[in-house]
Amino acid sequence: MRGAVVALDTLLDERRVWKGRAVAPLVEPQSERQPSGHAPLDAALPGGGWPPAALTEILIAGEGVGELQLVWPTLARLSARGERIVLVAPPHVPYPQAWLSAGVDLRQSSVIQAPPRDALWAAEQCLRSGSCGAVLCWPQQADDRALRRLQVAAESGQTLAFAYRSLEEAINPSPAALRIAVEGRPAQLRVLKCRGGLAHSAPIAFSTGH
Amino acid sequence: MRWVCIVFPQLALDGVLRRTPEPEAPLALLTGSPQRRVVQAVNAAARALGLRPGQSLTAAHALTKAFASAEYDPAEIEQWQQFLAAWAYRFSSQVSLRYPRALLFEIESSLGLFGPWPQLEARLREELTGLGFRHRIVVAPNPAAARVLANAYDGLALADNGALRQALGQMPVDRVGLEKDAATALSRMGLRTLEQVLALPRQSLARRFEASLLKHLDTLLGERPLALAFYLPPDRFAARIELNFDVTSNQALLFPLRRLTGDLSAFLCGRDSGVQRFELILEHVGVADTRIKVGLLSAERDPSMLFELARGRLEQIQVEAAVRGFRLEAEDLPAFVPQHRELFDERPQQSLPWEQLRERLRARLGDDAVQGLRFQADHRPECAWQPLPTSTAEPLAAAGPLRPGWLLKAPLPLPEQAARVLLGPERIESGWWDGADVRRDYYLIETRAGRHAWAYRTVGESGPLLLQGWFA
Repeated sequence: MRGAVVALDTLLDERRVWKGRAVAPLVEPQSERQPSGHAPLDAALPGGGWPPAALTEILIAGEGVGELQLVWPTLARLSARGERIVLVAPPHVPYPQAWLSAGVDLRQSSVIQAPPRDALWAAEQCLRSGSCGAVLCWPQQADDRALRRLQVAAESGQTLAFAYRSLEEAINPSPAALRIAVEGRPAQLRVLKCRGGLAHSAPIAFSTGH
Repeated sequence: MRWVCIVFPQLALDGVLRRTPEPEAPLALLTGSPQRRVVQAVNAAARALGLRPGQSLTAAHALTKAFASAEYDPAEIEQWQQFLAAWAYRFSSQVSLRYPRALLFEIESSLGLFGPWPQLEARLREELTGLGFRHRIVVAPNPAAARVLANAYDGLALADNGALRQALGQMPVDRVGLEKDAATALSRMGLRTLEQVLALPRQSLARRFEASLLKHLDTLLGERPLALAFYLPPDRFAARIELNFDVTSNQALLFPLRRLTGDLSAFLCGRDSGVQRFELILEHVGVADTRIKVGLLSAERDPSMLFELARGRLEQIQVEAAVRGFRLEAEDLPAFVPQHRELFDERPQQSLPWEQLRERLRARLGDDAVQGLRFQADHRPECAWQPLPTSTAEPLAAAGPLRPGWLLKAPLPLPEQAARVLLGPERIESGWWDGADVRRDYYLIETRAGRHAWAYRTVGESGPLLLQGWFA
């Protein structure tokens, strides 16, 4: 029996074949692109932005390093398109004025208050439902299995998922499609892992807006 | 006019069977005084064991003990009939409960909406089977004939009076709803079918029998109208399931709950209304009932959604005493407005709309779990935000002074040493009119780790800086 013939382009487009080149050229159709709004970061990511329908892990040493400014342009773009933004159990109160001046439409935003045990469940429900444009969550003591569930839920709901975790988790493996560490001093981003391309080894300068 | 008659041959039995998860288990309904219990009705499995209606309970127990029993309750049959009428009200405005254990409704005027009869018949059968009721369905040009033909036929649909006369002619005289004396007299005269009776001269029938016989025959043939009282649906829904054993776990209540919410949904479809609040009531022996309130943000009537929401609330309750009865009551039945859907949905893979997702989250996490955000025009940071049940429309605020993305719920002493001040001080002084007066100097601070914090010191004090937000 002859093996099925698979076009090389299909395999590459599905990002199942790892290529030794630093960054794959833009293969995503424009409609599926999820640009982050930070040009240097987009240039470093395969597909020119966030991996669509996948989990992105943002690792921070503590609040205040610009972790919201990293996603605000994306949230503003999605909410302007009428997509819903859901924050599951955020650690603090989102200050409406700052979110508004970042361009996020608060009418499209919802905050879900949940105890840590239920927060993962709520995030998974939101991702799986497919009715949200982006889901932000702050999983605490999430193990590999919990993150994998989030990743699968993001895939099945075709939703952008962002999980904020501590920088100490960087040494642990993770099923997330993209892992970004945000560092405060110096202010820079490091791509720790990205599916479909070689992680950009050099840090990317990341200027916060003030 | 075309009339549908649905006969429920074992309404009492179905009413009991539909609340048990295993309808195949042998079951007998009992009636009579406590001294002499008599089997009133049996299901197929019990019949296979040798049980027959009319047997005394002692005789039945001599045969076998492997059957469940329940009380034959005429009031309950009446209640099921009311429920079925509420269900049928969805298909026709003229629903009558004239005959016991049968539903009559006019269908000709509804066919324009529900499609041709075979399609509607399939739908009726599917829904009745889903609700757990055996049935026979007959359509005839007049209600009395439909009821009589349902004695012998299932699935018969007659369009005109010619076909009706032919079908009626085939019926034996003792099955056409005549009074017992008249039917016996006719059969003793050698008249076996209705056709033979109709062939007789009217005068001789009028002379030999009471006037009611001719009246009944005329009604059957549609020459004399039958005055029917029509069903009016009630304004509230209440249903109760009695549990035959003590239930102490939530899991055992799920099957009855599915039935109750399914019945509620069928009732609401008939009324074309939705439900916004309903109550689950667990009845205990000797202890006050447990009442569980289920509230929704908008009127809904989808059975699976109602079940899931009620289940979410039920599973949070610790059942303290054994449950003997389970009730569902809904008083508030607002009009149902279906969700507006785009013909070409932008996200075709969307499986669960946001409204349903929101209800699901609220059911498990509590009523206040899902909040919107609103900007409040106030300079004091702690007054500038407000949780809302839903996000409401508001204009986008113009760019103001720099504010942090995160606001701490309560100010904390700054956890790290401030490396340098990037901005400030900015004086915020407000609130002298409502008693929550603040006079603070705010600073944008960079800590040693490169984190950007928003901290303040009350004017006139010299304590440490208090952290109130993060420029995240």
